[in-house]
Amino acid sequence: MILYTLKRFALTIPVAIGVSVVCFLLVHIAPGDPLTAVLPTDASAELQAQMRSLYGFDKPLPVQYGLWIWRVLHGDLGQSIATGRPVVSEVFNAVINSIIVAAAATSIGFLAGGILGIVAGYYQNTWIDRLASIISSLGVSVPHYWLGIVLVIIFSVQLGWLPATGGGPGGSGNRSLDWAYLQFLVLPAITMSVIPMGIIARSVRALVGEILTQDFVQALAAKGLTDRKVFQHVLKNAAPTAFAVMGLQLGYLLGGSILIETVFSWPGTGFLLNAAIFQRDLPLLQGTILVLAMFFVILNLLVDLLQSLIDPRVQRS
Amino acid sequence: MRPIIEIENLHVTFTGRDKPVAAVNDVSLQVEQGSVLVLLGESGSGKSVTLRSLLRLHPEKSSTVTGRIVVDGHDIMALDKSEMPALRGKTISMIFQEPMLALDPVYTLGQQIIETILCHEHVSPQQARKRALELFERVQIPSPERRLDAYPNEMSGGMCQRAMIALALACNPRILLADEPTTALDATVQIQILLLLKQLQTELGLSIILVTHDIGVAVEIADRIAVMYAGRIVETGTVKQVINNPCHPYTKGLLSSRVERAGKGERLTTISGSPPDLASLPQGCAFAPRCPLANADCRKTTPVLKMIDQGHHAACLQL
Repeated sequence: MILYTLKRFALTIPVAIGVSVVCFLLVHIAPGDPLTAVLPTDASAELQAQMRSLYGFDKPLPVQYGLWIWRVLHGDLGQSIATGRPVVSEVFNAVINSIIVAAAATSIGFLAGGILGIVAGYYQNTWIDRLASIISSLGVSVPHYWLGIVLVIIFSVQLGWLPATGGGPGGSGNRSLDWAYLQFLVLPAITMSVIPMGIIARSVRALVGEILTQDFVQALAAKGLTDRKVFQHVLKNAAPTAFAVMGLQLGYLLGGSILIETVFSWPGTGFLLNAAIFQRDLPLLQGTILVLAMFFVILNLLVDLLQSLIDPRVQRS
Repeated sequence: MRPIIEIENLHVTFTGRDKPVAAVNDVSLQVEQGSVLVLLGESGSGKSVTLRSLLRLHPEKSSTVTGRIVVDGHDIMALDKSEMPALRGKTISMIFQEPMLALDPVYTLGQQIIETILCHEHVSPQQARKRALELFERVQIPSPERRLDAYPNEMSGGMCQRAMIALALACNPRILLADEPTTALDATVQIQILLLLKQLQTELGLSIILVTHDIGVAVEIADRIAVMYAGRIVETGTVKQVINNPCHPYTKGLLSSRVERAGKGERLTTISGSPPDLASLPQGCAFAPRCPLANADCRKTTPVLKMIDQGHHAACLQL
């Protein structure tokens, strides 16, 4: 197990380096000069050259990458061009907000999706299964920004129960565990939970259905286990694959949804990305994407380790 | 003494598909205490289905089972569904064809045996583990202590089948059902497993029903043989009676199609045609379309078992 952990950990290093290279190159692949956004259109050639050397754009690419990664490793992602604030603090704040909404959406989506999937898998080809399948298909196929808008219309505009937009009562900074804050979380979290719910329900249904056809399920009944105990075995068998699906979904959710966070003006990473793109704020864009990509890498690592803890076969393959 | 297993007029029909599939048609058989009955037949002849009926393992929703099954004094068909788990693994145990697939891949072998013991008996987990270790020694698994903590995928097929047998014997059952226990194993391992079963059967006084399509296996281990075709028993008798004096044309066909019978370079004898579709069984004798002796009568009347000798019966109109 320790060996596997180390090996799996070592494997993430090249992935992390690759991710950082792509993030770095973004600035240079993207059309247009990153400086045109900050400089006035009539800036002199001298000023341009000065700014270029200030940001380090005059050095060869590998050197720029080296300098950049050195700063990144020291926790410095540069300054936002638009606001002048350090990218690290902007991203950090947004990541926390995205994690909050992702955690809420995860709890709702994984729980609902898991239960739907298990029930549908157990009662395959009955009306319960069909109902669960309809719900999960809807979850996967409904455009979620549209769902978000519909929810806003119903619960904020018509009923006036919940706030339509915003990241909390006093701006994005004040997070607290009371209704004044949490009410802002409800609609984005529900909207966001719908897709992973659908995907997880469908995967778990297929998974449970497949496990139930395997010989060992009948063998478990044959050795005298009650239906409930057999069910526990089925769940433990389904867990590794279900966790893999969930990990991937959690990664997507942590990345924040640009559309959902924009619809609800939720100050998370998606909202931040949206702002960075429209303002051509390249350091911010670069930093945000790098942090999100690293989240994915770490999450995948954690899911793999968790899988290997449950299912001994994972370590061998 | 009363037979330990009595099956009377067992019918099993699967209703899950478009057309009902009559997998077992009017099977009656008995197993004497401490003896081995082999159900012999090709794929789809209803032998495994018959075996599983003894534990009521068929899904209730998609199957209809009728008839009477009495096992060790328990009227299986009359029991409440909730009473079955107490019987399974305790009075009647079962081992399966694919040991790798029949063991839960995400639990260690030890956990699976201990779980079985704990669900039938009030003992401490430590005692259960000690018993599991004894069982592993009994089924001759080398370095048993270490193997208890192994997962099925870490063991060979033969070792898994030994573990499966240990699991089946965990609660000292009186009856062991073996569903093609050697089919998935390679030839040398097959013999070892058969010898182990035979040895355990004598030592523990087990009554065994073993399902196989391998005549060699049947001869090796059986006291009595019941040959099945299209969900019916077509011939039954002691090993000697069935092997030395096969009476039903199907049994004769089976015996003459053995590899050992053919000389070098000769073609193997086969039974022409293929088994009937159980969803639309022909009228009369199910074997008639493939039978060299069949006449018009065979295609109309379903034959019943006729006594040929003391304890030797065959179901054929031409006898």
